[in-house]
Amino acid sequence: MSAELDNLYQEIILDHYKNPHHKGLRDPFESEVHHVNPTCGDEVTLRVHLADGVVEDVSYDSVGCSISQASASVMADLVIGKPVDEAMSIHQTFLELMQGKGNVEPDEDVLEDGIAFAGVAKFPARVKCALLSWMAWKDATTQAQTEGVSS
Amino acid sequence: MEGLLPDLDVIRKDFPILERVLAGGQPLVYLDSANTSQKPQVVIDTMVDHLERHNANIARAMHQLGAESTEAYEGARDKVATFLNAPSRNEIVFTKNATEALNLLARTIDLGPGDNVVITEMEHHSNIVSWQLACERSGAELRWFGLTDDGRLDLSNADQLVDEHTKVLAFTWVSNMLGTINPVTDLVARAKAVGALSVIDASQAAPQLTVDVQAVGCDFLVFTGHKVCGPTGIGVLWGREELLNELPPFHGGGEMIETVTMARSTYAKAPHRFEAGTPPIVEAVGLGCAVDYLGHIGLDAIHRHELAITAYALEGLQSVPGVTILGPLDAAERGGAISFELDGVHPHDIAQVLDSRGVAVRAGHHCAKPAHARFGVQSTTRMSSYLYTTPAEIDALVEGLHHTRSYFKVG
Repeated sequence: MSAELDNLYQEIILDHYKNPHHKGLRDPFESEVHHVNPTCGDEVTLRVHLADGVVEDVSYDSVGCSISQASASVMADLVIGKPVDEAMSIHQTFLELMQGKGNVEPDEDVLEDGIAFAGVAKFPARVKCALLSWMAWKDATTQAQTEGVSS
Repeated sequence: MEGLLPDLDVIRKDFPILERVLAGGQPLVYLDSANTSQKPQVVIDTMVDHLERHNANIARAMHQLGAESTEAYEGARDKVATFLNAPSRNEIVFTKNATEALNLLARTIDLGPGDNVVITEMEHHSNIVSWQLACERSGAELRWFGLTDDGRLDLSNADQLVDEHTKVLAFTWVSNMLGTINPVTDLVARAKAVGALSVIDASQAAPQLTVDVQAVGCDFLVFTGHKVCGPTGIGVLWGREELLNELPPFHGGGEMIETVTMARSTYAKAPHRFEAGTPPIVEAVGLGCAVDYLGHIGLDAIHRHELAITAYALEGLQSVPGVTILGPLDAAERGGAISFELDGVHPHDIAQVLDSRGVAVRAGHHCAKPAHARFGVQSTTRMSSYLYTTPAEIDALVEGLHHTRSYFKVG
């Protein structure tokens, strides 16, 4: 079997795919977004609950491939309980890894299980799968913060 | 195996890309022809020859190359007219693709409040969205035929759907997702009975069935070049000459006019009426060569080949535990595109594992989201064969699916 393929489908990814963490939509939440990948139809509905500048909860409902599902699970693990600023910084680190075409060395201290996605960066068609829930989270969090300011 | 093209080995040699070796030394198994077909050497050579020796703009250049280029472009129109058995070459309009041809019709056919347009739930997005836009603009109502559980058009309410207010009945001949071959002559007759225009999307039919516009009796028919062994960037709108000349222009520009003053213009007749600007010349020349190539092999022989391969593929796919096929299970009632699900593995992941073994299929909604929604699925994996597909390639797909199940530890 191709080593590239094993590199893409790391055990960590398959584990998160089979047993996703934090899945299911929960209350309370300040914002909810629905993101789709128009080329393949993967979808995620994602809610964010912020309190005192901390990501208290991220809950989601999604359909899609192993990469997009595992990515949502890992993302929720990484950002829940973190201050929004730090979570945004983790988001940025993951984004850079995904856009690095396989040339970025992942930082396990920051990305934890997220380093398993390093292999995805070498498959341009799958980068969007890995980023779907991360983009939804950023969008929802930005909206929640904006609403927080206006209210 | 009965029905296969007798010179399959020779035909495969016509397609240089089939010799490609992919990453890891895997030979290419190309099962994505409903997405785009591969190109025979003769099409590639014809296009290169045109660019190397005859390139000039058409219809405007008063020199030898201009005459040669014009002759090649207009010659392609003749070849396409023959391919469709069109009564007149003036009925062949070159467009960018089938999508543009459908948009041309949806933009120029006069619709208004009280009118309705009838489509089907198994259309490609191009034959849905263009009519949605037309109805939003005009106030006409959009209606559609639903589908039966086995992937056929549900005609039980046809008399209510297609009524005296129906202006357009637009439908696909062969579904790109379900493979279903629709009863085109019956649908055309329904349109005719209420005075509606019939529009057929033959994008999936033209590669594998004899398309005879006179026998079908429709008003308009579209297809795309790149699925019939031609290049991308070229499509065809066929329409009855008198109807084409009644439609207002689509794009304004050079070559679509009779005369222009600063105040107003008058327009050329079809086909030039709809070919504003410099057209895709070498693409049209390539398409002309491609339909000649298919005509030389014979659409009947190609269809028999597709039937044999499709039947073999349906059998092979059903031998894989957990595979569910969408659409008719009888090869005689369908085209060569087969969409399926594999329990426990997402289509992207299936396609990825198959790709690592050199097997190219499509995964996703195949630009037919409503048809997927009808069957409660978000996406499917689709294999599609063509005249160069061998039974051994179907075996490679089936083995690849067994491997996919074990790779993802399913079952």
